[in-house]
Amino acid sequence: MSLAAPVHESLEEEDLPKVSGYVSARERGFRTAASRWRSAGARLDRFAGAVFILPAVLVILAFSIFPLLASLYVSLARLSFSEGGVELKFVGFDNYAKLLVGIDHVHFLGLAGPLTPVSVAVLLAGAALIAFWLYRYSRDQARSVGGFAGRIVVALGAGTLLWLVVTTVMSSGRPGTLVVTVVYVGVDVTVQYLLGLGLALLVVQHLPGRRFFRVVFLLPMMITPVGVAYLFRMLTDTSKGPLYPLWVRFGLTDVSWVTNPWGARLAVMIGDVWQWTPFIFIVLLAAIETLPHELVEAAVVDGANRWQVFWRITFPLILPASSTVVLIRLIEGFKIVDLPNVLTNGGPGTATESLTLHAYTIWRALDIGGSAAVAYMLLIVVTFVGVSYVNLFRRRVTAMA
Amino acid sequence: MAILSRGLRSVSTTTISFPTMVLSYIALFAWAFVVLFPLYWLAITSLKTPLDVNSGPFYVPFRDFVPNLDSWHYIFVDLGEDTFRPYLNTVVVGLTSTTITVFIGSMAAYGLVRMRYRVSFGAIASFISGVAIAAVAVVFGAPWPVGVAAGFAVFLLLLNTIARRVKPGVGNDDIAFWMISQRMLPPVAVVIPIYIFFQQLQLLDTWGALIIAYVASHLPIVVWLMRDYFQSVPIELEESAAIDGASPYRIFRSIVLPLAVPGLVATFLFVLVFAWNEYLIALFLTSANAQTLPLTVAAQNATRGPQWWYMSVLILIMIGPVIAMAIALERFIARGLLVGAVKG
Repeated sequence: MSLAAPVHESLEEEDLPKVSGYVSARERGFRTAASRWRSAGARLDRFAGAVFILPAVLVILAFSIFPLLASLYVSLARLSFSEGGVELKFVGFDNYAKLLVGIDHVHFLGLAGPLTPVSVAVLLAGAALIAFWLYRYSRDQARSVGGFAGRIVVALGAGTLLWLVVTTVMSSGRPGTLVVTVVYVGVDVTVQYLLGLGLALLVVQHLPGRRFFRVVFLLPMMITPVGVAYLFRMLTDTSKGPLYPLWVRFGLTDVSWVTNPWGARLAVMIGDVWQWTPFIFIVLLAAIETLPHELVEAAVVDGANRWQVFWRITFPLILPASSTVVLIRLIEGFKIVDLPNVLTNGGPGTATESLTLHAYTIWRALDIGGSAAVAYMLLIVVTFVGVSYVNLFRRRVTAMA
Repeated sequence: MAILSRGLRSVSTTTISFPTMVLSYIALFAWAFVVLFPLYWLAITSLKTPLDVNSGPFYVPFRDFVPNLDSWHYIFVDLGEDTFRPYLNTVVVGLTSTTITVFIGSMAAYGLVRMRYRVSFGAIASFISGVAIAAVAVVFGAPWPVGVAAGFAVFLLLLNTIARRVKPGVGNDDIAFWMISQRMLPPVAVVIPIYIFFQQLQLLDTWGALIIAYVASHLPIVVWLMRDYFQSVPIELEESAAIDGASPYRIFRSIVLPLAVPGLVATFLFVLVFAWNEYLIALFLTSANAQTLPLTVAAQNATRGPQWWYMSVLILIMIGPVIAMAIALERFIARGLLVGAVKG
């Protein structure tokens, strides 16, 4: 308790205002405190807020701060071999400069191709969209200086990412690991969400045998990611894999898909979708199962069809759970490593390399500092995406619910 | 209205028109095939000899090739102890860490949903100062317990003096986001610090190290998922229990947790799956004694290339128990306990 008390003071729970009942219960507890036991219980109740949250806060604190600081320091240093061992030499922002403008920038950011009419059009359209979005916020009743500043940061970040993606992907350039990772995450999370939602809606219907499908659909998630990666390597093998007849049919046995950058990326994305659709599926399924039936029934009585029931009732009510599961998948998706590593070894060239794999390959080459710098860049990108997502989308969704 | 809708339920939600039913089944079977075919391929690969695997795709046992149990024999008998020990480790670490994570995590999630927290910027600044002091002390050669003690002292000092004057702070949503942000750093960046951490605690290659590491890294997921489930528990039930004199703990244990069982089960299941299948942290924190099964799977990628047949056996025996658990728990997810409770 001595440890918990000072931290609790800083938490300063304001009398649990959300549940008015708690307060009255506590008052009763004090009033009728006939025994010492009762009043001790009442005192413990007062700390309920701290008791509920402190274990988690302490565990996460203990395990996030030290690694975070240590790897920040490492990202600013270079490992060098000296007499009698190794030492970390402080080099400032050298590791970051190497990634952004130095020798590793083609690997990390990619190589921009010449602009084509199509890519210019896409860029202009994107810029116009962002500008319109900012303009609309500036006309909003609830606008604030902070909100506007945050949106400008988001606009700049999103614009930079769009520019990177368009110039390296659409203009016959070469996408770097950053762009490849963004593409993986964007495609994977979208496809997984749509599939997961569709499957969840299918199995909540009262169809005979639905419980069988529920369990079957969960299976891919349960295989260890390394195992899934090897499994897909086995399945996509063009000479021994089960799809051999297909490869023969399309004349692809010799031009193995592993030599085609987009073919290889597609294989990685298919593997990721296969493995992680169940995650979204089960979260949404549980969310739909806990919805009160009355709402749907009332709507049906009022003559709503299935489409209307879905868009007006089910979908808005599962939006909070959806936004959570999408956030988790976004964060986890950015860390994709096993599939590209095992399936294609990052190849052809570095075409399928994700950021984490990039960090890992540098790490294996004993450039610990450079590896930590890649990891920190990943952290910055994920934080940017995560914070924007939470502030612009999730908060609104949960406020609505 | 309540009576009417209850009477109507059997009509409105159980009748599905015939075309819808057919389309649903087509979609369901299509995805089931996508899911099951790779698993079927694993199963038959585990029955093939290396020669069968390498000489092209064979689909049907007995027709295309003669199944044999050589790989299973190798994994269970020849490897023997080297299979069972990782298996035991995986079971113990997975179940223990998941139980602890779900317990601590759902408490925090409940707190974040039903109580209001305010951590002032002053408190955060004091904490950061404390950590900075500790870090500086350790960098300049103080033993780490001394550094941590010094940092903690500075933290308390600042907290009780300067920090009290700062009122603005962060609220529940910020705390929740801070928790999930802990998962944003890729594991490859944190394994070395974590390795050093457990080395200092002399816990390397033990169950304890893995359990602690998994609890810490999976907590944010539990907090975030359970927050949504708790939010959907009707607050009226909690209010009336509080009026009847139940303490927050009792409300949590006797009302909220039972109502959130579908969510709890789902969360338990995939935190277990994460812990069961985790690879990178286990690779760094364990060597011989506490090694877990994903390492054994990856170890089948020998110098001559992946030994698919052994790998298939290992993957199959790894997912066996999890599938059994999913079948056992599926009922809870499906039952929709919440609905019954509100009605009853």
